[in-house]
Amino acid sequence: MKIPTKRSLLTGAHFMNGDVACAEGAIAAGCRFFAGYPITPATEIAEHLSERMPEFGGIYIQMEDEIASMAAVLGASYAGLKAMTATSGPGFSLMQENIGLAVMTEAPCVIVDIMRGGPSTGQPTLPGQQDVMQARWGSHGDYATVALAPSSVQEMFDLTVEAFNMSETYRVPAMLLGDEIVAHMYEKLVIPPPDKLNVVNRKRPVVSRDEYLPFMPDADLVPPMACFGEGYHFHATGLTHNERGYPQTQSSAVQEKLVRRLCDKIRKNDDKIIRVKETMLEDADVVVVAYGIVARAALSAVRKARENGVKAGLLRLVTLWPFPEKRVAEIAEQAKTIIVPEMNCGQMVLEVERAAKKTPVKFLSKLGEEPHTPAEILEAIRRGC
Amino acid sequence: MVQKTDHPLSKYLREDMMPHIWCGGCGNGIILNCFAHALDELKMDLDKLVVISGIGCIGRMAGYTNTDSFHTTHGRSIAFATGVKLASPELEVVIASGDGDLFAIGGNHFIHAARRNIGLKVICANNFIYGMTGGQLGPTTPLESLTTTSPYGNSEHPFNLVHLATAAGAIYVARWTTLHVRMLTQSIKKMLQKEGFCFIEVVSPCPEIFGRHNKMRTGLDMMEWFKKASVVGNFSDPAKAEITPERIVVGEFVDMEKLSYEKLFHEKIAQINEKAIQ
Repeated sequence: MKIPTKRSLLTGAHFMNGDVACAEGAIAAGCRFFAGYPITPATEIAEHLSERMPEFGGIYIQMEDEIASMAAVLGASYAGLKAMTATSGPGFSLMQENIGLAVMTEAPCVIVDIMRGGPSTGQPTLPGQQDVMQARWGSHGDYATVALAPSSVQEMFDLTVEAFNMSETYRVPAMLLGDEIVAHMYEKLVIPPPDKLNVVNRKRPVVSRDEYLPFMPDADLVPPMACFGEGYHFHATGLTHNERGYPQTQSSAVQEKLVRRLCDKIRKNDDKIIRVKETMLEDADVVVVAYGIVARAALSAVRKARENGVKAGLLRLVTLWPFPEKRVAEIAEQAKTIIVPEMNCGQMVLEVERAAKKTPVKFLSKLGEEPHTPAEILEAIRRGC
Repeated sequence: MVQKTDHPLSKYLREDMMPHIWCGGCGNGIILNCFAHALDELKMDLDKLVVISGIGCIGRMAGYTNTDSFHTTHGRSIAFATGVKLASPELEVVIASGDGDLFAIGGNHFIHAARRNIGLKVICANNFIYGMTGGQLGPTTPLESLTTTSPYGNSEHPFNLVHLATAAGAIYVARWTTLHVRMLTQSIKKMLQKEGFCFIEVVSPCPEIFGRHNKMRTGLDMMEWFKKASVVGNFSDPAKAEITPERIVVGEFVDMEKLSYEKLFHEKIAQINEKAIQ
């Protein structure tokens, strides 16, 4: 269905909050389908897209719950649209079922989780970083996906685009793990003109309809994707399936081949996926590993420590999953201490400890209203050196 | 390559997925047969048809139909299909699923899709039981029926599906048994030509794990029940169409027109953009 649209992608400098920046990033990335359910602190994404999507011929639908939202996103993705949802912890929990289906049927889609305090209903209006492990392991079974952690309004835009690109490239659900602060704070955002923005679209079949096998991967382990209504008459299922998409529930060989590939298409491409931001790491004795809003306080603390003559550095994780294991191990070799400040009771620190091996890792935990202050992290750096 | 045989309906089936998994005496094959006949009689464009199902015995029907097809998670076929229909309103989206899938775990999606009047065509095989998992009680299991999880007799009141679908806003509602193959085929044809949320309940025999616990050991015994108990009550009150051992009211209950959600939404998109272009 071709509908005339007034295409008015935002460009240039703006002052807006992180949720709206995320919504604009989605539109710029070519997202034309949003299904969601109202939830604090992600509702502004839905509100903004309910207004903006129709201007681009796109769909906004408010579903009956987050289970349905995630399912509708997959349906739209298989119908050929770039599709997303946005939620927070309680909704993210409900979405896990169909995140697993997205993994199994290799449906490109983006899930934005604006993290708030949990467990359960927790603290809806306050920030948290408690869904990090859920983003990795929340659905049952073995799989690998992509999760990105923005720490500014600019990154709420940039990494939303990036999440779409990764989901389309690898045919995986890609997650944007923001937090209540980056979602609600207002900052300057600069949007490049559309022709300067890198937008990736899924690989399409190049073989004839009769030859097409919907789950036959190319060398990069990712199969080209046909969509509904194009005459391929393909089948997809959440059951373990062969390259034709047909259920193979009794074959260990098929399970081995399929699930191994679903993990490997991320693991073996992790050099292309992983993004970190390194500050003053060359000679650092004390390395802070942080992400999201906490990384901003960490950056300030590291600079202050340098002013005080302490050789401190910051490794900011832009990609949480896949975890930059190799880089953390290299940094750990030269560092005397690693400090991990997180707004949870210890999640990403477990990964850092695993990668750091013998280098001592100190965990700085904080829950509730405020992220760590630069002074708190500075104090930890001082004690660590 | 799908192997083609000379059977006139073979082009509607994925013959390379056969043999099917259904037990002897099961009604699902009859439903698939009626569906294929309906497609054939309407000369449906198979490239523009998507069959979606949830989990359960009838859920395999999506895989057996030679169109684009998707086998979703348990209960989520309607939610998935909502995304498909909105994204591609030109596609005909059919859902084939069971009573447990559509009305227990998926019940919320059913009533909201009917309320929105999104153009999904739902065929529900009601076998009164969870067949795939071995015969547990479900939302349509009759009172006092014996199942593997109601060994002393079921104490739950069942849903009357046609009443539920009508109350939720479906624009076409019918009920047939697998004995009523011609009427069922006609109903499927009618539903495929309508715009909006349509629902057909097909009362279907499961002799293996429902019937044999309830004094209907074979498929034939169950068909005998359907024959004896069925009463055609076209456009009768769906509230009075509860299924009892003595009486199964079949027929069309609702056949009306109402603007579909996808039409309303896409018209709105067009209006917004026309205004902006002016």
